[in-house]
Amino acid sequence: MTQAGRELMMGNEAMARALVENGCSLVTAYPGTPSSEILAAVARYRALRADPMHVQWAVNEKVAFEIAYAGSQAGLRTAVAMKQVGLNVAADPLMSAAYMGTVGGFVVISADDPGPHSSQTEQDSRMMAMMAKIPVLDPDSPRQAHQMVGLAYAISESYRIPVMLRPTTRVCHSRQDLAPGPVLGAPREPAFQKDPLRWAATPKFRSTLHGELEAKLARIAADPSTAPVRLNPGAAGPRALVASGVAAAHVREALAFLGLQERLAAYQVRQPFPLHPDFIAHLMAAYDEILVLEETTGIIELQLARRDRVRGKQSGHVSRVGELSPETIVDHVADFAGLSVKAPRLPAVPGRRPTLCAGCPHRASFFAIKKAAPKGIYTSDIGCYTLGLNLGAVDTVLCMGAAISQAAGFCHAFRHTPKPPPVVATIGDSTFFHAGVPALIDTVTQQVPFVLVILDNRTTAMTGNQPTAACGTGAGGEPLQAVDLESLVDGCGVRFRRTADPYDLKGTVALLREALVFARENGPAVVICRRPCLLDRSRRAEHLLRPAPTVSPACDGCGFCVAHFECPALVAAGEKEPIRIDAALCSGCHVCVAVCPKNAILAVEP
Amino acid sequence: MNTRSRQQIVISGVGGQGVLLVTRLLAEAAIALGEPVFTSETHGMAQRGGTVLSHLKVGGFHGPLIRPGQADGLLALKEENLEAHGPFLNSGGWMVVNTSRDLPGSVKAEQIASELGNPRAVNLVLLGFALAARTSKGQPLLFCQVADIEAAIQRTLGDRPKMRDGALSALAAGAAAGSRREI
Repeated sequence: MTQAGRELMMGNEAMARALVENGCSLVTAYPGTPSSEILAAVARYRALRADPMHVQWAVNEKVAFEIAYAGSQAGLRTAVAMKQVGLNVAADPLMSAAYMGTVGGFVVISADDPGPHSSQTEQDSRMMAMMAKIPVLDPDSPRQAHQMVGLAYAISESYRIPVMLRPTTRVCHSRQDLAPGPVLGAPREPAFQKDPLRWAATPKFRSTLHGELEAKLARIAADPSTAPVRLNPGAAGPRALVASGVAAAHVREALAFLGLQERLAAYQVRQPFPLHPDFIAHLMAAYDEILVLEETTGIIELQLARRDRVRGKQSGHVSRVGELSPETIVDHVADFAGLSVKAPRLPAVPGRRPTLCAGCPHRASFFAIKKAAPKGIYTSDIGCYTLGLNLGAVDTVLCMGAAISQAAGFCHAFRHTPKPPPVVATIGDSTFFHAGVPALIDTVTQQVPFVLVILDNRTTAMTGNQPTAACGTGAGGEPLQAVDLESLVDGCGVRFRRTADPYDLKGTVALLREALVFARENGPAVVICRRPCLLDRSRRAEHLLRPAPTVSPACDGCGFCVAHFECPALVAAGEKEPIRIDAALCSGCHVCVAVCPKNAILAVEP
Repeated sequence: MNTRSRQQIVISGVGGQGVLLVTRLLAEAAIALGEPVFTSETHGMAQRGGTVLSHLKVGGFHGPLIRPGQADGLLALKEENLEAHGPFLNSGGWMVVNTSRDLPGSVKAEQIASELGNPRAVNLVLLGFALAARTSKGQPLLFCQVADIEAAIQRTLGDRPKMRDGALSALAAGAAAGSRREI
């Protein structure tokens, strides 16, 4: 693994390693691509520390933020990690924590996903930092992300303010060789200094705190430790490039490729907000034209005066949508330097669409839902099961927890129509704990006539099988108290709550029909479809591992299973040809045996 | 630094084929050889059977991504990806493709993996092939040798002996197929 002390580290691992190195004592997170590997890596690296660390998955990002923030109020170095849309959930404590400030260093890692590759939006967390009025650092690589954790703690403790570290997908999910630093213990004992005027400030004192915050920001913007750096001190001329994050890495490669290193001045901004006023003044004094390359919004550009001399996203020169690819950056840099170079692009070829795994219990649940409520409105949520889209069993996906509240909205909208459509909401177990519970309580109060199917695969599957509150396992595999899903649903006041095994297709369909009848007259009915995720190695013992079914000569190749069940192990062999089952992919769930309308797929017992 | 040690390689497949493992092993081998290395990977939703693409840059680079027209080599675990990912190659670039057809750089990786009783080891068969195959001038395609990847497998999968042994035998079978091939 090591050569001269260098290790291959994913960006997320590099940040985790740096948290452990820099004496962070408390780390919380909620999983979300591209941030998910940070907390699991902290849980691995914490063994390097002599002193204890608290490392936990929280039920959602708001809870995660508040736990980590209180650790800072108690004087410890703490951190919270999430993806950019998770920061929306944590926006409430973020805005207020900025006013109140910190004691121990507090780092908020919010991972953005320009593209987007695995997110609902391309929102720029740096804009949230600007709104909250906290500094934000923008790393260009795993190596720089590793360094910036220490820098973030230094800024946080010098100015008593939360500091955001904003990596993007290309930092989080890149691997790079880097030399880890020494692991410092945290020699501090927790101490809480009561200060109600600050920690429980009433609106009257909040304006004082707001004034303090503005003063802190002004000093941070003058701090040389985070000032922009000149990438090529030798270059002169009337034009300058300004870049941050991964775009800065692409700019360095583009300058080398185009032979412009000595001809076009380039700067890297490490702290896009607050931008250093001295830097702004220098740019304006030294250059006639400035091109800003940054992801995803023009945050640096917004802070530069003299828009007539600045090109970027606001000016319309750089696209406001999508990732800044290295080829796009080559084109922008070449054009800015007056070169007629156009970097080649990949052809627009539709890739393979993602699909639920062969044997995924969600596929069986979706098939059962469509069978029980063929004319239903299907609200759904964030997770692997969003891919129920492919089965026509997902009509809406808004944000975490919205399946339930949107189901309520549809029911209220159609309530006074002669034949309101049945509404079936699907939500994963982790998403239900995250944001579904308050919504479910609301539907009980309002007696919303819908069926909620909790797709309980006993894990947070999409992001890499992190434990949920029902697992009773911690981030490092340590035993915790499990929350019972059935009791939680009952506690919300739901009066119909049953559990189904989705592999028993007929039984699940029958139960869903019963739930639909109940819901029409009585309000919410909940069906928990429970089967562990096949990718969850910790549940191997619970997986039904059977041989692949066989296809009998009765199969006339009608294609029903391929079209409506969409299992990757079912392969159409051509018109009127019997379908083929790919034994390498098939998990042996045998659900397709019940799906086939001709009874032509035959179960094989082990 | 010679031209072979500075290398940009694209690894392409679909979710579940083990594109990430191939990328990881090559990156580990680069570090062991004392080279700086950068990779970029696909995670999250696209891993669920969707198209998966990794970039591997060995030698001094600043960013993790390879531009179209700049890759020295392409390891394609799915032939269907050639249309989309072939244009990553530079004019002198090579490709090694898992296919039952006869193409330049083709390897029947699925067949070889099935014969080993390890149908999911297509990724390592293909990697073994690429490590052993030579250019028409007798040069290796990749910056590292079979032994470097064997060592990386020992380090990466050492705690899972069954997986490690399966990976090593798939790598060897691929290398045996590649040792007679000129690309």
